[in-house]
Amino acid sequence: MLYDILSLGVPFSVALLLAALGEMFNQRAGVFNLGCDGIMSLGAFLGFLPPYLLRTSTLFPYANLAGFALAALAGVFLGLVFAVVTVTFRAPQGIAGIGLQMLGWGLAGTIFRHFIGGVTGVEGVAAWPIPVLSRIPYLGGILFDHNPVVYLAMLAVPASWFLLYRTPWGLRVRAVGTHPRAADTMGTSVTRVRYQALMLGGAMAGLGGAYLSLCQAKMFADDLVAGRGFIAVALVYFGRWSPFGILGGALLFSLAQALQLSIQVGGIKFPYEFAVMLPYVMVILVLALARRSRMLGPAALGRPYDREMRV
Amino acid sequence: MGAPEPIRELKLEGITKRFPGILACDRISLEVRRGETLALVGENGAGKSTLMNVVAGLYQPDGGRILLNGRPVHFPTPGDAFGLGIGMVHQNFMLVPNMTVTENVALGLKPLHRGLLLDLKEVRRRVAEVSAHHELPVNPDAYVWQLSVGEQQRVELVKTLCLGARLLILDEPTSALTPQETDDLLLRLGKMTAELSIIFISHKLNEVKALSDRVTILRRGAVVYSGNTKDHTTAELAALMTGREVTLPVNPGSGATGPAVLTLAGLRVKGDRGHFALDGLDLELHQGEILGLAGVSGNGQRELADALAGLRPVESGTIRFDGEDISQADPRHIIDRGMGYIPEDRHYEGIVPSFAVKENLVLKDFATPRFSLGALLKLGEVDGNATRLRDRFDIRCSSTAAAAGSLSGGNIQKVILARELARAPKALVAVYPTRGLDMGAEEFIHGQLLALREKKAGILLISEELEEVMNLSDRIAVIYKGRILEVLPSRAATRERLGLLMAGVTHG
Amino acid sequence: MGRRFRLLYGGLVVLLATAAALAAATLVLSAIGAKPFATFVVILTGPLHDLFGVTEILVRAVPLILVALGIAISFRSGILNIGAEGQIMIGILSGTAVALAGPGLPRLFLLPLCLLAGALGGALWGGIAGVLRARLDVNEILSTVMLNYIAAQLYTFLLRGPMIDPNELMTGSGTPQSTRLPHNAWLDRIIPGTRLHSGIYLALGLAFLVWFLLWRTTLGFRLRAAGAGSKAARYAGIHVERSLVLAMLMAGGFAGLAGAVEVAGVHHRAIEAISGGYGFAGIVVALFGGLHPAGIVPAAVFFGLLLVGADMTQRSAGVPANMILVLQGVVILAIVSAKMYLRNPYAQDRAFRLLRRMGLVRDARAGEAGELSAGAEP
Repeated sequence: MLYDILSLGVPFSVALLLAALGEMFNQRAGVFNLGCDGIMSLGAFLGFLPPYLLRTSTLFPYANLAGFALAALAGVFLGLVFAVVTVTFRAPQGIAGIGLQMLGWGLAGTIFRHFIGGVTGVEGVAAWPIPVLSRIPYLGGILFDHNPVVYLAMLAVPASWFLLYRTPWGLRVRAVGTHPRAADTMGTSVTRVRYQALMLGGAMAGLGGAYLSLCQAKMFADDLVAGRGFIAVALVYFGRWSPFGILGGALLFSLAQALQLSIQVGGIKFPYEFAVMLPYVMVILVLALARRSRMLGPAALGRPYDREMRV
Repeated sequence: MGAPEPIRELKLEGITKRFPGILACDRISLEVRRGETLALVGENGAGKSTLMNVVAGLYQPDGGRILLNGRPVHFPTPGDAFGLGIGMVHQNFMLVPNMTVTENVALGLKPLHRGLLLDLKEVRRRVAEVSAHHELPVNPDAYVWQLSVGEQQRVELVKTLCLGARLLILDEPTSALTPQETDDLLLRLGKMTAELSIIFISHKLNEVKALSDRVTILRRGAVVYSGNTKDHTTAELAALMTGREVTLPVNPGSGATGPAVLTLAGLRVKGDRGHFALDGLDLELHQGEILGLAGVSGNGQRELADALAGLRPVESGTIRFDGEDISQADPRHIIDRGMGYIPEDRHYEGIVPSFAVKENLVLKDFATPRFSLGALLKLGEVDGNATRLRDRFDIRCSSTAAAAGSLSGGNIQKVILARELARAPKALVAVYPTRGLDMGAEEFIHGQLLALREKKAGILLISEELEEVMNLSDRIAVIYKGRILEVLPSRAATRERLGLLMAGVTHG
Repeated sequence: MGRRFRLLYGGLVVLLATAAALAAATLVLSAIGAKPFATFVVILTGPLHDLFGVTEILVRAVPLILVALGIAISFRSGILNIGAEGQIMIGILSGTAVALAGPGLPRLFLLPLCLLAGALGGALWGGIAGVLRARLDVNEILSTVMLNYIAAQLYTFLLRGPMIDPNELMTGSGTPQSTRLPHNAWLDRIIPGTRLHSGIYLALGLAFLVWFLLWRTTLGFRLRAAGAGSKAARYAGIHVERSLVLAMLMAGGFAGLAGAVEVAGVHHRAIEAISGGYGFAGIVVALFGGLHPAGIVPAAVFFGLLLVGADMTQRSAGVPANMILVLQGVVILAIVSAKMYLRNPYAQDRAFRLLRRMGLVRDARAGEAGELSAGAEP
């Protein structure tokens, strides 16, 4: 059963991982986007849409790719909306995030309800076992026998680290999130960097959502995302704003979810609803225990920047 | 990066800058030539920082123009000003604390990076080069948060020079330095004038005399004088600065003090980072005296003030207030026992900015029988109280229902002072009470503190302005690394002696 | 610049938010092929065609008022309660449980007990988030959202299991719902033939009490100070942590009460999907009403209109009721943007000058522009 849990845990973590990495860029730049869940919902729906619509057409082979692209675009768009509200208008980020979440979730639900209505499945993305590595006993099945998006998500971790710490843009992001005025005086546009970070974060959240509908559940329903976007935000705190920490957190949570499934399948008598509750309870525990780490976060997180504000 | 063209002349013509309700700069004109050092002088609130922020591209002027080498220029962003060779070292350093010195400089050196990759080696080389050339030793790999204030300032200078500044603007460069560090800085700046022009903002006239060639004096946002420094004495400059003969009230220092009202013994209090900000502090405040606490900021003043207010836990040691041990007491209890407090950040710690002036005046007493009947507020009493205090303390506001945050800094401080003094405290802790205020407000506040002293209260005055401390205090204590190094009667305290103590140097 | 300006300025915010919502609604409706204008007409006028429609508006308004009052208290105290959805559910559970436990009790006791139990249940649920924030500095938005999901699972579990109506098990239909509440726990119907119940008196009465609490009592002063300036409040000896917990207890209590009222007044048993999004809609109503009872009541009625109207369009024009969520999201984004933008002292200055030119405000004192509006920001 441990094998089942572990091999399920890895793919389960992808949606969380992608969304949390995106949110990491947001928060490193100083903005926390609680609308992540809404972006994931819209991304999940728009990712699912092309394969569903094109299921009988000749373009079908490209449908999955189109789905991911569309989801990413939607994420960029919602990230842009959030940037306008929180960076240009300097609105309080907490409430604005909830507004964005309602918007994304509502849009996804409305369009889905109207055009499709019932619960339908799609073929989704097939697994691509890696030639030699997937045959390694035990580890092979856990790490190397998944669909390609899983591998991409794993690669996204070191890629994000590189982007944040080894590129000029990453340097600017870190500066803007810690001491935006300093960055401003040295010629970095705080507004531009925050917009860019939010759009990137949105795109990744959209991709995370699309993964859920195309690769994990292979269908779309109103409550598909089920709060994962919020869990992703909590993961950023838990992972101390570092890509590898976030990877650890994502794996931890998805293992809990895999555990929940295994318990049911294994026929162990445990109320279904309590098993479903587990990830949410974990988030609260994690937040409660991780209080010290708040001091390590970007110092300007949550505070809008105003150049003309008299210091 | 192409070197910006050398700055032969920077000219400001009729620069005007408005903030809501305030005309910060009123058609200001001045000029600086190559190799010159210009001192921009004025009281707090005169508009000096605002003006320089306009030149540095941080604020947009509402009128007037800037001419560089005869050509009108416009700085929509600070980066544009930097691009043309104007670099500014602000009063609050523009350094990202959790990045290294090199990374901070790299932030401004954009074209230096090879495409996608961050090239820190080249930046390091540049830093070392500039640092050696101007004799400003810095450690390129140190994290900024590890550095002292003096070291951080050197980093700021190096950074500005690395980014190609030809005109250096310094905003109150010596405000956080000990007297010895100040002399050191002035020396270095003097050497730099061979290559750069310098504008520095200060309200310390002895520095102005020591360093500048020319001086421009601002009062209430307008230029009142512009000329050569050597033509005037310090006293003349002071008169021009304030526009009248302002003599700040001085403590008559009768010498007779009463029993101790506040005794601190072996106080150990932790700072935000977990270290001991106060490490065995002993201090005694007597009735009817003003005890000045001098020291470079960051040596435990804030933690001491917080501990006295009950807002920071005391790890060990005692605080006896009026005979009672309050080291474990909560703020409410301490306030009720008669401790007054004028906090460092008047805008966010002293008042609730969106609450009305009258509400702020009862912020500590709204639950007392005077202003409440059981759980109900006596709004009439609150109003009456506000009107009385407004008159007594001359608080300028459109009405007592106006939001306190909309008042000027001086008036906000008056609100806080009114509230505290109206409670007739037995002891008052005043933390940087006149920071950022003009002389008129400073005079008023000093007068009130001396009046409170007459009423036999004990006052702990925490301030970075040595002059203020020396003028007002009966005794002066110097705090260094969380301990009181020495307590002197103010007659025996000289600037030099205090400066040494502030740097941790004790006699013998 | 005084109260008059502040009211007009508040009105301007609402106006801008409404305009944004209309624009977004038009876009979405066009995208799904519905006719925007026709839909708006149905939504805004449909419910007003008969008495039943009008009373339905008020039926929806009751829980909205209660939830929004609680949220207004919490926002003004500096803590953002997003957990009303979950608190409503817990309130339903506790209220139902108590009502079912005492069928023999006279009305005078059972009904108030049931409502009180609902309030206490919600308060407890909200209190968890309050304590987490006060003691452990846990972001309350995240914790309340998590608690929402947890409450939803708990609700389903109880309604399918321990609290299910025994009849359901016998007949085998298995609908997750509780037994019918005894009549002594019902809120009276005011107008026969409609669902309007006496809960509306309760809601209006509480609205007045909340106003009184926040602006006329020492407790209210304490809460508002903690929310508007927590640093200064601390220095003034106010126990900010205690205020945060208290505010969440009250907010949760109001939401829980709303749940119990819905059960006692409308459905008379606990059923699935009863909270109907009131938890989130309540946030919007609170913001729309300027976090003040005098604004919340009309805002709740207006929202009730929208909700009933949206239901009608679902049936007639096939526009999904989810549309309301989109509108809510847009309204929130628009309100917080407009509020911040207008709070900008420069914009305030300009707005003041504009309104003065239009003759809508008199010049109180020149030069004192830049006055901040007195209100806690969410």
